[in-house]
Amino acid sequence: MWDRTIFLLCAIFVAAVAGAFVMPDWAIFLATVAVAKALVVLGLMILWRTGLVSFGQALYFGAGGYAAGLAGLWLGLSDAVLLVVFGSVIAAILAWVVGLLLARYREIFFAMLSLAFSMILYGLLVNTEALGSTDGVNIIAPTFLGYAPLGAAQVRAVYLLTMASGLIAACLVQIYLQSTIGQLAGPIRDNEIRVEYLGASARAVIHLKVVIAGALAGAGGVLTALAVGHIDPEMAYWTTSGGFVFVTILAGTGSVIAPFLGSLLFETVRSFAMVYTPETWQLMLGSALLLTILFFPGGLWSLFERRRAGV
Amino acid sequence: MLTGFAILVDGLVYASWLFIVAIGLSLIFGVMKILNVAHGAFYAFGAYGAATLVGLYFQADLPVAGAFAALLVAAVLIGLVLGSILERGLLRWVYGRDEVIVVLVTYAVFLILEDVLRLIWGSDSYFAYQPYVALGNVVVGDMIISNYDLGLIALAGLTAISAWWGLTRTKWGKLLVAVIYDREMSTAFGINVTAVFAITFLIGAMLGAFGGAFTAPKISVTPGLGVEVIVLAFAVVAIGGMGSIPGALIGSLIVGWCRAAAVHLLPEVELFVIYAVMALVLAFRPEGLFSRMQARKI
Repeated sequence: MWDRTIFLLCAIFVAAVAGAFVMPDWAIFLATVAVAKALVVLGLMILWRTGLVSFGQALYFGAGGYAAGLAGLWLGLSDAVLLVVFGSVIAAILAWVVGLLLARYREIFFAMLSLAFSMILYGLLVNTEALGSTDGVNIIAPTFLGYAPLGAAQVRAVYLLTMASGLIAACLVQIYLQSTIGQLAGPIRDNEIRVEYLGASARAVIHLKVVIAGALAGAGGVLTALAVGHIDPEMAYWTTSGGFVFVTILAGTGSVIAPFLGSLLFETVRSFAMVYTPETWQLMLGSALLLTILFFPGGLWSLFERRRAGV
Repeated sequence: MLTGFAILVDGLVYASWLFIVAIGLSLIFGVMKILNVAHGAFYAFGAYGAATLVGLYFQADLPVAGAFAALLVAAVLIGLVLGSILERGLLRWVYGRDEVIVVLVTYAVFLILEDVLRLIWGSDSYFAYQPYVALGNVVVGDMIISNYDLGLIALAGLTAISAWWGLTRTKWGKLLVAVIYDREMSTAFGINVTAVFAITFLIGAMLGAFGGAFTAPKISVTPGLGVEVIVLAFAVVAIGGMGSIPGALIGSLIVGWCRAAAVHLLPEVELFVIYAVMALVLAFRPEGLFSRMQARKI
C-alpha cells in the first residue's frame, strides 16, 4: 500500500510547502488554481481508465464552488477546511443522484448525458438573479481554524490547504486504484459482460467512480472559489468541462501524479499565453490536443514511462 | 390564445433554425459515427462568411434579391473548403480510433477554428440585416411576424424534404443508408465507403455553414457564436436519436416549442428547459426517440 507513488507524492508535498516561503504571490496563486483543478482531472482520470469521458465534470466543479460560496454567504460558514468538506460532500451527493442514471450509459451517451446535466446547472445559475446571474458573486474571506489571514497571508493559507487536499486526494485515489474495485477499471473498459460473468457489477463500480470523481471535482471547485474569491456560472459551462478533459488527455492517465503535472503545465502556459498572445490561446490549445492525440496517445506521462522502460 | 399562437410561431421559427444546424450533425454521426464538435465552427464560419459576402454585395449596389444567392454561395463555399480540409487532412487518419477520441479531435479542431475565425475577422461585430429587412413583415392579429422567419421555416421544410427524398429515392441515398446500417457489410458489397464518408462530411459541413449563413441576417455576428450552437444541436440530436433524420426534425420541434413556451410563460427556465428535456428523454430512451437499440457485443 505504501508504494513509491505515495512517497513521491509526500516528497512533492514537502517541496510545495517549502515553496510557500520562497515563491512570489503570482506563482502561489497559479499553483493553487492548478492543483485545485488537478483534483477534477484526477476524477476524470478514474473515469477515463474505465473508458468513460465526462463532458460535464463542470457540474460538480460548479456545484462545489457554489455550495461553498453560498454556505459562506448564507450560513456564515467561513472555515476553509469545513467548506472543502462541505462542497465535496454536496458534489458527491449530487453525483450519486445523477450517477443512478449515468451509470447505465457508456461511451458517447455517457459524455452527452453528463453534458446535459452540467448545462442544466448552468441554465439554473444564469437565470437566478439572487446569485448574481452571469456575473456571479464574491464569496466571503475564509478562516482557517479561527485564524483569519488577509492579503498575502490568505493567499498562502489557501495554497497550503490546497496542497494538503491534493496530497490527501492523490493518496486516497492511489489506494483506491490499487484495490480490487479500482483494478476493475481496465477489465470493464475491455469487456464489461465478462466482468459481470465473473460476479462484479459494472454498474455499481461505475456508479462509485462517478461519485468519487464528483467529490473530487466538488473539492476542486471549492478550492478554486477560495483562491479566486468569486463564483460565477462559467464554472459549470461546457467549455470548463472541455478544459478538464483536455488536461486529462494531455497529462495522460498512467499515474495519479500526471494530473497534477498536467494541470500545472496547463495553467502556467495559459497565464503566459493570456499575457503575450491572448488571441491565439485556443489555437495553441487545440493544436496541443491534436498533437497529443495523434502522437502521444498515453499523454505526457507516457514520456516518463517510456524512458523508465528504456532503462 | 395570443400567447399560444406566439409560442407556436416562435417555436416553429426556432425549430427551423435548429433543424438546419442539427441535421448536418446528425447526418455525419449517422454515417461516420463521429460526433463532430467542429460543427459549431462550421456554423460560425458560415455566419461570418455570409455577413462579409452580403456586405460586399450591397456595397456593389446590386438588386436585393441576389443577396439570398450570396448567402447560399457563402455557405457552400465555406462548407466545401472547411469540410474537405478537415476530412481529408485530419479525420481520415483517426477513423479507426475510439469514438470518444474522435470527439476530442473535433473538439481540438473547434478550438483552433475559433481562433482562426478571430484572426480572420477580428473581434468586431458584423451585420447583414439587409435581407432580413428587405422582406418586410406580416401582421397576424396583434403579432408581427417577419417574412424572413417564415422563409426560414420554408427553408427548413425544404431541407427536410430534400433529405428525405435524397436518402430514400436516389441511388446515392440508398448507398448512404446501407453504410449507416452496417459499415462492414457495405464495404463487402463493394460500396466505396471512403468516398461516402468524404461526401457525407462535405454535405454535413455545408449544412452547418448553411445554418450559420441564413442566421447571419437575424443577428449581430460576434465571436463565440459557435459555442452555444454546438450544445444546442447536440441536445436536438440526442433527443431525436443520433443519426436519424426524422429524429432531428422531431427533436428540433420539441426543443423549439419547449423553449418558446418557456420564453413566453416562464422566462427564468429558458436555458434550463432544453437540457432538462434532453436528460428526461435520455433517461427513458438512451439512444434517443428515433434510434435503433444496438445489440450488445460480447
